[in-house]
Amino acid sequence: MSNKEKHWEKTKGLMILTLIIWFVAGYLIFMFGSSLNNASFLGYPLAYYMCAQGSIIIFVALIFWSANKQEKIDEEFGFTERGEDD
Amino acid sequence: MFKGKFVDNLPKIYGTYTGGFLVFIILMAIAEQAGMTAKTIGILFVAFTVCIYAIIGYLSRTVQVDAYYVAGRQVPTVFNGMATAADWMSGASFVAMAGGIYFGGYTYMAFLVGWTGGYVLVASLLAPYLRKFGCYTVPDFIGTRYGGNLARFCAVAVLSLASFTYVTAQINATGTIASRALGIPFELGVWVGLVSILLCSMLGGMRAVTWTQVAQYIVLIIAYLIPIFWMSNKNGFGVFPHLMLADEVARLGELEAQFGLVKNTAADIKSMGVPGGLKSIALPHSGVPEGGMAAWKFISLALCMMVGTASLPHILMRYFTTPSIRAARKSVAWSLFFIAILYTSAPMLATLSKLQLMDPTLATGIIGKDISAVMAIDWVQAWTAQKQAFIADFNQDGILQLNEWFMRGDVVVLSTPEVAGLPYVISGLVAAGGMAAAMSTADGLILAIANALSHDIYYKIIDPKADVRKRLLVARSLLIVIGAAGAYIASMRITSILGAVAWAFDFAMSGLFFPLILGVWWKRATREGAIAGMIAGLASGTAYLIYVYPKFMGNPAWLGIDHLRFGIIGASVCLVVMVVVSLMTKEPDSATKKMVDEVRVPSGKTILGKQH
Repeated sequence: MSNKEKHWEKTKGLMILTLIIWFVAGYLIFMFGSSLNNASFLGYPLAYYMCAQGSIIIFVALIFWSANKQEKIDEEFGFTERGEDD
Repeated sequence: MFKGKFVDNLPKIYGTYTGGFLVFIILMAIAEQAGMTAKTIGILFVAFTVCIYAIIGYLSRTVQVDAYYVAGRQVPTVFNGMATAADWMSGASFVAMAGGIYFGGYTYMAFLVGWTGGYVLVASLLAPYLRKFGCYTVPDFIGTRYGGNLARFCAVAVLSLASFTYVTAQINATGTIASRALGIPFELGVWVGLVSILLCSMLGGMRAVTWTQVAQYIVLIIAYLIPIFWMSNKNGFGVFPHLMLADEVARLGELEAQFGLVKNTAADIKSMGVPGGLKSIALPHSGVPEGGMAAWKFISLALCMMVGTASLPHILMRYFTTPSIRAARKSVAWSLFFIAILYTSAPMLATLSKLQLMDPTLATGIIGKDISAVMAIDWVQAWTAQKQAFIADFNQDGILQLNEWFMRGDVVVLSTPEVAGLPYVISGLVAAGGMAAAMSTADGLILAIANALSHDIYYKIIDPKADVRKRLLVARSLLIVIGAAGAYIASMRITSILGAVAWAFDFAMSGLFFPLILGVWWKRATREGAIAGMIAGLASGTAYLIYVYPKFMGNPAWLGIDHLRFGIIGASVCLVVMVVVSLMTKEPDSATKKMVDEVRVPSGKTILGKQH
């Protein structure tokens, strides 16, 4: 496998992992909304909390995490851009 | 001033601007104490902020194609995040979202999850690759990846349909706010709104829109948060409402049980003459409806909004403006961060405004009180006079029950400062915030349509030899034409016929989602497949919408897929057709495959680099 192909394999892996977490936070937990609401977080019913704040915070953290992870992958295969980008 | 050094000075410039805006708010508060009328304060708030945007728009004027279409590709991540957040959060997010939660509770909050989760798709599937491609518009990617004018044309058609559905609602919102704040008729307010919108984008295109959107984000977030913190602290609910409203949410549950959640029948509503569009609270605030169907409705709505987010061109094109590919990725994260600040606050605002009306132990509570006493309250009189609120004493006991109090969703946010007894300066601030939210989204949408038509249709298809001056002239003329068309439709007040903002997401996902992601992630996708997919997806989605929407054919929804969710049908058909046709047609040539390989490498020159 060439360098490019290996890089793409790892990128794909990260994409799939990211989307699995996304699926859990965005869909899976809400399939059990009514039982989730019996638990609580910060005093809020859990299902209410998850759609009011919880899942949204998870999404933000997930994108930051995944962007950092991708940068590591890019560095590993020598595809980093040099320059004044951030 | 706007070259080279400008980008380095951004934190300082916007820091000063934020400070200046806060000083302005304080000055207005002092003026209010000194006896300035509420009306003057409202006018000053809207006029002052709009003038600032216009000045930014003028200073960002440009005669360069790169600056006009992609802001010169030098917008730093955090600022692009703010601009995207303003681009994203429409008048509807600002004004209607808390109102939606107020009436719909948990059920409505599927929108919150849907309108944020889409950014995960944008970040991992699209943004970095489109940035690497180096295109000016979304159809530019489709046209180059698949080749040929027909593919490009189809993409422009989907883009225009989705964005135009959205933009009329935004112009409508600017008109509503302008007319209320300036005291002019709605029809005139719409045109005032349009002029303000065009002042921001006409001269500088994407560059001007970027820098005004950052300014608009700052105004709208300040305007959203101040009332929430103020109300929460004033009533002693908690210093930091986001973490401390658990008791209030529980209290709402008690009050719902005490007053009872009654769904009024259509006949009752009609017999009492409740004005159209007004609703009463009939759904639990934090309670989850039982059953698989309810869960599916929640999830399917979130799915449509997420996939739609990842297909809406005015959002995707914001990531063309970053200096690099890794900046594009980070920028998506920052966008969602800035969006989340408002979205996680909306449920808190809904909780506060609901509680202060429903709790009879609070001075502001009206439910459970004598109707004659409620009718004597100033803000009740003002909003009922405008047919934005209504009292219908169904059981004729002279006491206001929960199901007897009607309000328009938009009014929840706009009236909350008055209801809470906050000074008028807060209402003026909220009006300025709503205006900023609606203007920034309208600007992004109008620019997306005008750029697609001027770049993809005029320059790429009609006249590839046009010089820069002519291209920008066409782009600017189209901006005016599209804005005027949107304002004209908005001024006819037929937006209720045009349907919900959610439709824009469904249209976009029906036609664009799979052609975009398969263009990057599946080399075997062919031109014929993409064209067939776009046409079939859009046609089937639209056909299903007509089939199911109550005002058209009104057939029963299949599997709970109603008119808010028709994108599920469209996108599924698009995927199947695109895969089948791609596999039946000849593989893409090696040049195309090489191009896709190149897109996947996050370094080096952009694909389109020199072709513009």
